[in-house]
Amino acid sequence: MTLARLFAALFLFCCLAAASSAARADPLDDTLGLFLDDKFPQTEKAIGQLAISGAPTGTQILEALADNRLFIDKASKTIVFKNAAGDIFSAKTGEKAANIDEGALKKVRVNNGLRSAIDAAIGSMTLASPDPAKRVAGADAVFKSHDPKDLPAVDAALAKEKDQHAAQALRQARAAILVLSADAPEADRLAAVGLLKERGDQDAQGLLDELSQKAGEGPLKAAALAGLASIKSRLALWDIVQNLWYGLSASSVLLLAAIGLAITFGVMGVINMAHGEMVMLGAYSTFIVQSLLPPAFAQWSLAVAIPLAFVIAGCMGILIERLVIRYLYGRPLETLLATWGVSLVLQQLVRTIFGANNRQVVAPTFMSGSIEVGGLSITTGRLWIIVLAIAVFTALQLVLRATSFGLRMRAVTQNRRMAAAMGISTGRIDMLAFGLGSGIAGIAGVALSQIDNVSPNLGQGYIIDSFMVVVLGGVGNLWGTLLGALTLGVANKLLEPFVGAVLGKIILLVFIILFIQKRPRGLFALKGRAVET
Amino acid sequence: MITGRFLAKLDRLGIAFIILMLAVAIIVPVLALAIPAKSAFAIPPYVVALMGKYLCYALLALALDLVWGYCGILSLGHGAFFALGGYAMGMYLMRQIGARGVYANPILPDFMVFLNYKELPIPWWGFNFFPYAMAMVMLVPGLLAFAFGWFAFRSRVTGVYLSIITQALTYALKLAFFRNDFGFGGNNGLTDFKDIVGFNVQADATRAALFSISAIALVIAFILAKAIVTSKYGKALIAVRDAESRVRFLGYRVENYKLFVWVVSAVIAGIAGALYVPQVGIINPSEFDPGNSIEAVIWVAVGGRGTLVGAVLGAIVVNFAKTYFTGVFPEYWLFGLGALFVLVTLFLPKGILGWLSSLRRKPTPAPPASLAERSTIAEEGGSAQ
Repeated sequence: MTLARLFAALFLFCCLAAASSAARADPLDDTLGLFLDDKFPQTEKAIGQLAISGAPTGTQILEALADNRLFIDKASKTIVFKNAAGDIFSAKTGEKAANIDEGALKKVRVNNGLRSAIDAAIGSMTLASPDPAKRVAGADAVFKSHDPKDLPAVDAALAKEKDQHAAQALRQARAAILVLSADAPEADRLAAVGLLKERGDQDAQGLLDELSQKAGEGPLKAAALAGLASIKSRLALWDIVQNLWYGLSASSVLLLAAIGLAITFGVMGVINMAHGEMVMLGAYSTFIVQSLLPPAFAQWSLAVAIPLAFVIAGCMGILIERLVIRYLYGRPLETLLATWGVSLVLQQLVRTIFGANNRQVVAPTFMSGSIEVGGLSITTGRLWIIVLAIAVFTALQLVLRATSFGLRMRAVTQNRRMAAAMGISTGRIDMLAFGLGSGIAGIAGVALSQIDNVSPNLGQGYIIDSFMVVVLGGVGNLWGTLLGALTLGVANKLLEPFVGAVLGKIILLVFIILFIQKRPRGLFALKGRAVET
Repeated sequence: MITGRFLAKLDRLGIAFIILMLAVAIIVPVLALAIPAKSAFAIPPYVVALMGKYLCYALLALALDLVWGYCGILSLGHGAFFALGGYAMGMYLMRQIGARGVYANPILPDFMVFLNYKELPIPWWGFNFFPYAMAMVMLVPGLLAFAFGWFAFRSRVTGVYLSIITQALTYALKLAFFRNDFGFGGNNGLTDFKDIVGFNVQADATRAALFSISAIALVIAFILAKAIVTSKYGKALIAVRDAESRVRFLGYRVENYKLFVWVVSAVIAGIAGALYVPQVGIINPSEFDPGNSIEAVIWVAVGGRGTLVGAVLGAIVVNFAKTYFTGVFPEYWLFGLGALFVLVTLFLPKGILGWLSSLRRKPTPAPPASLAERSTIAEEGGSAQ
């Protein structure tokens, strides 16, 4: 009897349990139901539930929500999402939804608070992704949000994690959560501080900073402070490396802009004030190439633009030399004035043709983005400019050292009259050297168009800096120009964090004015009898 | 009579110039103030201010001609001395505003109140006192020129290198003055002036007086410059211009000759700036722009380098053309200015004045440019043996 009653009770219990599980066949329905209300607190709850639900469509729903692609279908009271192309899918099944009336769709609203909740939820969900790279990204997201709610998910993921890199990221994420949770055991928190110290980036610094302020006196606070100090010195070191990199990048631009100037100044002893405008012409050639090429070839626009810019700027240089400069031989100061006039005309010409506004030049995809190396962030575009600068420098050295034209050019640089006596046509060398220098300025313009505004005043901003490089480096040989560009670029960027960009520049200009007192002809001066008084 | 000796050295052109300038200094204010505005001879106030501005430019051109035309130092940074003189005058004018500024602070100029200054920075002390301000107008450019020239000429920085570092000098100053925390008004500069020695800057009578003072300053500077270049010292200067190392080998201290004329020129440029500021009503860091300094060089080249009168003529002609063309064809003025640079250097190496005198008498004396050329060739030839 009692047994029968027991069985009956058991049966009843089973029935009830079955009934309840039939009624709540799928927790996803409940979660999606919360979205239907379209109220922020409900939506937030739904996001939290989705994160731990393990639903196959979970990530897609959250991503759609973040991108404003999640909709309420008012006709059927269901939640649907669109993909980027605009096709509509059911949120529950992830299958393509047919017969949906676009007019009945209502966007699920999100605010900034929800967005960060979405990011954290996606982060914890991606912890379970099969792709290790995604798991690392997910762990990083958790690290940034360090929400104690994610701890179980992190622990679970850590238990199954096989990939070393991902495991490290997960341990760090776990540390980030633990370090600030007051109820965790102190030993765990101390270990977490150690992990954060090992990670040693700005986020870790922020966490330890928070901990050192919150924690009471004791080993934890001491550990936090020690970790903080170690991270600070590490970051300071990376900061210097980063500034060195910026300096190198600035130097490459300076080198490209100045090297042509060094050639014309070296060979002919005249300063070409229109040199900046050659750079500007190069930048505009890039713009022209980009607007003429069909979009399919956009990746190749620079490959076309570099030779084109060289030819355009080079021809313009030869034109200037033939029409103006050769009549002013032996009058370097007058040449300076005349080329300044040419620069004004060229600027106004470009302004008349293309308008005074800045033109946009789009970087090809292989030149956008950046690479992280330790605490160093390297912009790909800048990296390519350094490569270009090295290539141009090498090519130019080869031309000067290994070709007959280069030999003649060096002869004219060293002693014009003697070179003429040996049968070198100095007029022709002048013309070609001017064309070469201008053409390289054009190539510099292609590089600059990637990092600066393409405007008629583009060249003006670089001309004085280029002069400084030439003055510092001297005209004896191209290594001087390289050294000058490196010195100025790196010194400028190393000074910048301490004194600001403008004051740094002023300090350098004053330094050059003083330097030129000691070495009036630059670092690599020409020596010998030909050097004029 | 010292003046008598100076006058004896002036050529007919110089005397004509002085008489003309003095006449202008008297006639223009009379036409502007005494003649009723409806009369055909009356000069409207804005024209007086414009002509006053031209005279300041002429003074700057004169200063530049002194170093470039007679000593061969092509300064691409004379605008810096001009602007420094202008700033010194601007600081005096700012202090004169007193409590009439927007913030009504009796001591601090408006921009300092705006930037939360508590007290007047030391460089501004004493600028409410007119003689001190005028001394600064000459001392600041003079001392800067002295320091710069002392270093540059001693280490024999010449030619293109010198031109480039003068350009760097003005560029550095431009960057410095653009900074708000440099304490000179940042990119807005100094403006909104009220009084100069008790007279309203905006008043027609003050404008006319400033014009006359500019004309007289031009005459004085001209006489001074003429006295320098016609003296024995001036002869040595010209020798330095044409063959610097020969002069050095003959035992002259070339750097001292250069330094003296360089400082005098900077002081004249500073005075020009000081006269310029009250007439245009503003001074800001764009006056330091290297482009301005190069433009001043072309005024000298257009008028005729090494003639003094030509520099004045060039400044007035080019600026008149600039005013006219920027009004009529604004987008073509830069073409015109650019072409002017090229054409003058190519076809008019001696400027308008040189061209006119070559029209008058056929056998021309050897021009400075070709002289310089010959000597360098000779030196090169000599050293190449």
